[in-house]
Amino acid sequence: MGYLGEIFVMAITAIFIQNFVLSRFLGLCPYLGVSKKIDSAFGMGMAVIFVMTLTSSITYLINRYLLTGMMYLQTIAFILTIAALVQFVEMVIQKKAPALYKSLGVYLPLITTNCAVLGVAILNTTALRQDGITPYNFLDSTLNGFFSGVGFTVVLLAMAGIRMRLELVNLPKSMKGMPIALILAGIMALAFYGFMGFKI
Amino acid sequence: MKFFSELTKGIIKENPIFVIVLGMCPTLAVSTSVDNALGMGLAATFVLICSNMMISLIKGIVPAQIRIPIYVVVIAAFVSIIDMAMEAYLPDLHKALGIFIPLIVVNCIILGRAEAFASKNNVLNSMADGLGMGLGFTLSLTVVATIREILGNGTWLKMQVLPSTYDPMLVAILAPGAFITLGLLMAVMNIIKEKN
Repeated sequence: MGYLGEIFVMAITAIFIQNFVLSRFLGLCPYLGVSKKIDSAFGMGMAVIFVMTLTSSITYLINRYLLTGMMYLQTIAFILTIAALVQFVEMVIQKKAPALYKSLGVYLPLITTNCAVLGVAILNTTALRQDGITPYNFLDSTLNGFFSGVGFTVVLLAMAGIRMRLELVNLPKSMKGMPIALILAGIMALAFYGFMGFKI
Repeated sequence: MKFFSELTKGIIKENPIFVIVLGMCPTLAVSTSVDNALGMGLAATFVLICSNMMISLIKGIVPAQIRIPIYVVVIAAFVSIIDMAMEAYLPDLHKALGIFIPLIVVNCIILGRAEAFASKNNVLNSMADGLGMGLGFTLSLTVVATIREILGNGTWLKMQVLPSTYDPMLVAILAPGAFITLGLLMAVMNIIKEKN
């Protein structure tokens, strides 16, 4: 299988088989918090894809060239990178693309504490290619960040769609809000388990 | 007396998971067994106490505009300490918790307490708040883990509690079981709250 095939497998794995939210339990706070309306879910998803892709490529470089022999600084270095990056992206978008800032702006600060972003940075440092020996290179890491962000957005949008319809349903009082959202997430996770064990 | 009320409020009245609903990722991910839940809870408690203490000590000299990055660095330093300590002394637990130990940094409970409490209160009360919140977090994690481990494996803290003829409900320790267990527990909490 060529490199393109490998990228395809990486995409399917990140989006469906090992979905960040439903099988790795990362990024649950925005998944439960920003999934009440489709518009805001879409904005959050786009912001996450953007930041995750950038973070993956930058933390790869930091991990490979700056942190050699100082692995104990990894957590601090990564979280600082993410915080600085989010701030920087916010400023650039505000200056260069006010329209985009209007739709994404409010979600950007929230992303610093989104564990999916730090999670993908840490997972990339130990991830291996399909042959099981070669560690991820720069392009692999960036693409993995991108596809993981897409996986996050897909389930976030699906959840928002269901929750908007749920508004009209007559639920027992004790199930309203968080409990039913969690049970829905459980059923979605069950559905995504169908992808488990796929061999491509 | 304030010390004790700060200490106990986190355990039930302001329980971080069931009442404030923060820190969901580790709650769902590591509650597959009771020993993982206890390990995670105690690690987070350590970080909470230390970061609350530190942030309360430096609250006078931190400029307001850059306080969040400073808090994050303080928290990340303590997380790195507990990460390395666990790797050295409890390698099995460290392996089981995996990526969720470094991810304590982005656990909203810790930054939330730093911002909402430690940056406004004195050192002793902040440490009490950290300890209380940490114990509340540990307790809720243990409750979720107890249900999941008993249903999914028939054991509690690796001791067999259900008869060996019990056919384990595997789904309880898989990802969907985590969501559904927590959802039902929260519904039960809501019913109890309504009754009172």
